[in-house]
Amino acid sequence: MNFQPATLLVVSLCGYAVGAVAGLLFLRREKLAAALSFGAAALSGLVGLLAALLFLGSGASAPSWHGELMPTLIPYIKFSLRLDGLGAFFLMLVSLLGCAISIYSLDYAKGYFGRKNAGVLGAFFNALLLATALTFVANTIWLFLIAWELMALTAYCLVSFEHEQPETRQAGVLFFIMSHIDTGCIILGFLLLFQVSGDYSFDSLHGLGAKMSAGNRDAAFVLFLLGFGIKAGIVPLHIWLPAAHPVAPSNVSALMSGVLIKTGIYGLTRVCFEFLGPPPLWWGVTVLVAGTVSAVLGVLYALMEHDLKRLLAYHSIENIGIILMGLGAALLFLYFGHPVLAAFSLVAGMYHTINHAAFKGLLFLGAGAVVHSTHTRNMEEMGGLAKRMPDTAVYFLIGAVAISALPPLNGFVSEWLTYQALLQGFGTSGSLWHLVFPLSGAMLALTGALAAACFVKAFGITFLAQPRSEAARNAREAAPSMRIGMALLTAACLLLGFFPTAFVRLLDPLTQQLTGQQISGQLSVANGLVLASLTEKAGTVSTPGLVLMGLCLLPIPFVLWLALARKTKTRRGPTWDCGQPGLTPQMEYTATGFSKPVRMIFKALFRPRRDTQREYDFSPYFATNVRFESHIEEVFVQRLYRPLRISIVRVSRRIRALQAGSVHAYLLYIFITLLLLLLFAL
Amino acid sequence: MNLDLPLILAQTALLLLLAPLLTGLIKKWKALLQNRRGPPVWQPFLDLLKFLRKDMVVSEHASWVFPLAPHLVFLTSLSAGLLVPMVAAQAPLGLFGGALALVGLLALGRFFLALGGLDPASAFGGMGSSREMTLSAIAEPAMMLAIFTLAISAGSTNLGQIVLASQEPGWKFLDPSHALAFIAMFIVLLAETGRIPVDNPATHLELTMIHEAMLLEYSGRYLALIEWGASIKQLVLMTLLANIFFPVGLAVKTTAATFGLGLLYLAGKLIVLAGVVVVVETTNAKLRLFRVPDLLGAAFVLAMLALVSTFLFR
Repeated sequence: MNFQPATLLVVSLCGYAVGAVAGLLFLRREKLAAALSFGAAALSGLVGLLAALLFLGSGASAPSWHGELMPTLIPYIKFSLRLDGLGAFFLMLVSLLGCAISIYSLDYAKGYFGRKNAGVLGAFFNALLLATALTFVANTIWLFLIAWELMALTAYCLVSFEHEQPETRQAGVLFFIMSHIDTGCIILGFLLLFQVSGDYSFDSLHGLGAKMSAGNRDAAFVLFLLGFGIKAGIVPLHIWLPAAHPVAPSNVSALMSGVLIKTGIYGLTRVCFEFLGPPPLWWGVTVLVAGTVSAVLGVLYALMEHDLKRLLAYHSIENIGIILMGLGAALLFLYFGHPVLAAFSLVAGMYHTINHAAFKGLLFLGAGAVVHSTHTRNMEEMGGLAKRMPDTAVYFLIGAVAISALPPLNGFVSEWLTYQALLQGFGTSGSLWHLVFPLSGAMLALTGALAAACFVKAFGITFLAQPRSEAARNAREAAPSMRIGMALLTAACLLLGFFPTAFVRLLDPLTQQLTGQQISGQLSVANGLVLASLTEKAGTVSTPGLVLMGLCLLPIPFVLWLALARKTKTRRGPTWDCGQPGLTPQMEYTATGFSKPVRMIFKALFRPRRDTQREYDFSPYFATNVRFESHIEEVFVQRLYRPLRISIVRVSRRIRALQAGSVHAYLLYIFITLLLLLLFAL
Repeated sequence: MNLDLPLILAQTALLLLLAPLLTGLIKKWKALLQNRRGPPVWQPFLDLLKFLRKDMVVSEHASWVFPLAPHLVFLTSLSAGLLVPMVAAQAPLGLFGGALALVGLLALGRFFLALGGLDPASAFGGMGSSREMTLSAIAEPAMMLAIFTLAISAGSTNLGQIVLASQEPGWKFLDPSHALAFIAMFIVLLAETGRIPVDNPATHLELTMIHEAMLLEYSGRYLALIEWGASIKQLVLMTLLANIFFPVGLAVKTTAATFGLGLLYLAGKLIVLAGVVVVVETTNAKLRLFRVPDLLGAAFVLAMLALVSTFLFR
């Protein structure tokens, strides 16, 4: 039992490598290349999922597994692996999504045949999965950084896969720059740790926080928060996310949003809880506040989008914020000395992590299917797809209900846990900082309700009403393997929603490792039917119970129909048109119109710019032609990144003067440097 | 876990029957205050009966989401009602969820109703959906904070536990924090049930409507389900407000006498609350749509103050 997950893990890692090589080997025969590489990825994902489930299922007492990758190949640098509770949980995440998305990609990649090389896509896709999985099981700083960098580079290649578009190239470069800033921060952070530990192995970094000076520890925390925060997409470090996710192929966006940004969460959890802890007060407050701000701003910007994939990208920022609320609360509880509550908040955060992976993966795959058949990402040109793509519509709707945190699906369960964690935080002691808990809770409520509004818009404008363009009118249902991929993630959403008490048991190894507590027993009452907030008295919820309740109440409308309405007829008729026949799709509510009230209420934040031009013959009230343009630029881009970019360019221009091309000048520089060094040495 | 089947059935019946009656009562009193005779109190029942017997016209643009919405609105309101202590201190299915689940269930119904508004490709429906989702989004944080205030003093989010905690000696009845939370929650109630000054339940085909705009394309049986669901939601929210802020008279022991007394108390509290709603509706004008966020913002600030004062007066 102890041996099995490890073997499966290695098999899965090798499988990704084989898939990557196969994709490149058969470059000329792209059908074969795509089938082989995505097939290999799907199988490896399944094996990896089994490995993670076996490990997590064997309970918190199971020792973590250590192993060496290529022990004889490179004698000096050790590439050691470790499978522990935290790593296995994230391995489960990447494997689950890897499997489902790979199956989806089997048919999705066909869209590139003859246009782009699907073999390359498959190869990089496998490489990304391999790198991400390695990140989660790496046990030395070296291997971690190599995997991290490999992940950034393969993701860059995948983002710029359709590099013919200038928009794609720009997004790719932005992603490249941001991911290297984050690698830089992380390297610096690890250097600070290495100074104290003197060893590259993660084992030696354990509990290092106690040995470090407070200043160094805080510096390391800030560096890691910046580094992992960029990857996770914490506001205001998020700007690469809404640029890179939409332009990537949809299977890649699903993987990036579902898993890649979670590497930031993984890193932050690993570092804060295992290496740098015990945390001071301000770490927890910082993480909690950063999470709250990310959640609210993420969803507000999402509401303003009418590009379906950008909208989903902004929701990733929102959900990362919700995850960070759980983590931040856990850090605060550790500071206040409540390890059980810390474990509880950690469960909330981690539960939301896997939930977000499941429903966001699903939504990106759904969006991919829609974009695939309508050839546009603009929601204003969609509509009526529920009739034309019924299966995709059902999957997307389930994903939308889940992400809006509505019962009885998985998003509700993890947000319920987060609420409970925040609520319990208020009562822990008398410090004024406790107000931060319920305030975050209120902001979580705002986030949830705005997310629901946003997904009414996303689903309603995309799938309902009349088609708004010719492309939408001719849309076709997604290909079979794409539907299977979506169905798998839908099933994951349903299972995670209906069986929370069974799932939290898998989190025991993780909480045991990070906080020394196992709480799954306290979370489950009534034979696992009901999820409790540590005690039954503090609050309970039962998603299966709510579903059962709904099903038991279903006979009431049925009986009403039977008793009174059985003889009535249902007629199809035109929609009410105010007596002026001929309702056209142009008269429908648009995505922009739908979010107008929110835009007006929060206009201080959005600062929308609008431009209206009318052409008219005799009176402006009878325009012959109207042009309307509205634009919203993110306040961070406007106020932070643009000035930053301008000043960097200006400074580099100044520095360029040094590089005059004259040998004499260079000799002078060398001389001055030498003098300075000598002075310094004396 | 023991499920008390008769209790569940009784509360379901109570919800189904009391809800239209409450709607009728409010309508009648509103009419009386405006010097009209008004329809009889049981008029909503007659309306429901009429709708149920009518043929339906379904828009040709509508998809499978359209019939889903009325059923979900009805079922979620009813389910939410089973989580609220009405007559007994313990709600019959309180174990299945507390305040958070209640808010979630109502949000689920609203989500699908908004989709149902968008489905028939009418601009009215889209407008209603957009406004409803926006306003509920701003109302939600205020509602949550108000609930948090109570949950924190009771140490539980389960509504039954909140009521039980209030029976204990240490509970301060309507102390400053609870009073503030009550006012916040009352404003939210007006918004959530579509009452003046937020929305006008009596208006049709006007550019000001919110809730009614989403229902324009519904007719017959579907309309009946939505109307019934909406009045159940109103009953649930009013009961919630009445019972967790004024938890007197709820049956702790399960005897016929305590239940009878509980029912009387419930009726009394609902009548008083309905009276307040009627007075507010008659004495206020409907706010312009973009003034409503100010009102809800005020509710949020009040709820925030409520929370801060639990902290100060502890």
